[in-house]
Amino acid sequence: MIEMQDVHKSFGENKVLRGLTLAIPKGESMVIIGGSGTGKSVALKCVLGLIRPDTGAITLDGKDAFAGDRDAYLQRFGMLFQGGALFDSLPVWQNVAFRLQRGALKRPADEARDIAIEKLRRVGLKSDVADRYPAELSGGMQKRVGLARAIAAEPEIIFFDEPTTGLDPIMSGVINDLIREIVVEMGATAMTITHDMSSVRAIADKVAMLHDGVIQWTGPVADLDASGDPYLDQFIHGRAEGPIEAVR
Amino acid sequence: MRFLAGIGAFVLGALAALGRIAIFAGQTASHLVRPPFYSREFAQALLNVGYLSLPVIGLTTIFTGGALALQIYAGGSRFNAEAVVPQIVAIGMVRELGPVLVGLMIAARVTSSIAAEIATMKVTEQIDALVTLSTNPMAYLTLPRVLAGVITVPLLTGVGDIIGIMGGWLVATQTLGFNSATYLSNTIDFLQASDIWSSLAKGAVFGFIATLMGCYFGMASGRGAQGVGKATKSSVEAAAVLILAANFLLTGVFFST
Repeated sequence: MIEMQDVHKSFGENKVLRGLTLAIPKGESMVIIGGSGTGKSVALKCVLGLIRPDTGAITLDGKDAFAGDRDAYLQRFGMLFQGGALFDSLPVWQNVAFRLQRGALKRPADEARDIAIEKLRRVGLKSDVADRYPAELSGGMQKRVGLARAIAAEPEIIFFDEPTTGLDPIMSGVINDLIREIVVEMGATAMTITHDMSSVRAIADKVAMLHDGVIQWTGPVADLDASGDPYLDQFIHGRAEGPIEAVR
Repeated sequence: MRFLAGIGAFVLGALAALGRIAIFAGQTASHLVRPPFYSREFAQALLNVGYLSLPVIGLTTIFTGGALALQIYAGGSRFNAEAVVPQIVAIGMVRELGPVLVGLMIAARVTSSIAAEIATMKVTEQIDALVTLSTNPMAYLTLPRVLAGVITVPLLTGVGDIIGIMGGWLVATQTLGFNSATYLSNTIDFLQASDIWSSLAKGAVFGFIATLMGCYFGMASGRGAQGVGKATKSSVEAAAVLILAANFLLTGVFFST
């Protein structure tokens, strides 16, 4: 279980997280929604240790995220970045098998390549993509490669940062379905941040809404439309009027 | 009063920046003794920093050597000292122009390329991706490049020195009427081992500065295209200034007696 307890994080004068408390039980798919600049990405990066919170506790299965062996901690995670974050200088298969070519999970090159091709197939890409470079792929294909990289080492926990940003609605639907299938198939714990309500409904077991640096509402995805929370209602219906101030 | 406060703020800012660069250099060096060592990235860096810089180094130094021969001949003829062209070209190229020109060309070609590449990786979250894949960016990106700079730039400096001298020889023998064998023997007889070692040592220091600045400013880049552009520009400016400052200090150390 991932637990964030009263997490605060500021950048200069800008207080982004103001006491974020959230628990994600093992095997659950949690989607965090919220407006731009509300701290969704910061929360995710705090769990991964890419950003260190000012105060508060983050634990994984009861152990402090910032104590102990960082490599062992990070080996439990896979991450799909918003823009894919594929390494330009490496062909696709080496991107996917990056973790399998170095460190504690290192495999022989042939085996790592075979696993990469299998994962590419799992996300709907043919093996001929393996030797191409990321710059030669479309945005949708890059997302799929990023997804293949996230699952290559079969992590227990997978994070998805805006998985459908920049994709057309059909490709978004394909990626959402893939994410849901893979998370269920692997039995992984998932944490997704998104603005895209179709992603929320396709991926989430539970939803948390982040507003003003705290969790404004959390509950099962089935309760989303009947929450009675004015902030959540405004967000999911995309209304300009409501308690969330919209800058015009 | 405001003027003095401005000077104070500038000095404090410069010292803080030097401190950050020193810490960055220390963190980079610490990965020399902490596995893993990424040999494939190191080999790639050797190729990019060293081998692929050869054409630009060759062209820069051959033209400079030729121009130097013409200048010395023209200047020397004012007091009947045309015969010193081989000696002055040799000492000028090996002690000063060779290492400095190579350092500055590496700053232009390699520092800018490293800074732009790493800054783009930062902006596109590739550095974050490395961390999540249990790979330390300092060990994977910085150390191989800096080590390649320290190893290959002295070699490039040696090559640049030779090509520069040959540029002078070419001009002297083809247009100024020097005898080829005499020119070469004067050059070889005049140069001392300390001239060559000091040139190579300068090259190592300049290689370290050039690659470190590229990595430092790349890693410290701000967001977006503007952040990448600023990191690239700052890295080249810092590398060029530090190379010239280091050259002054090293020349004092090597040749003050």
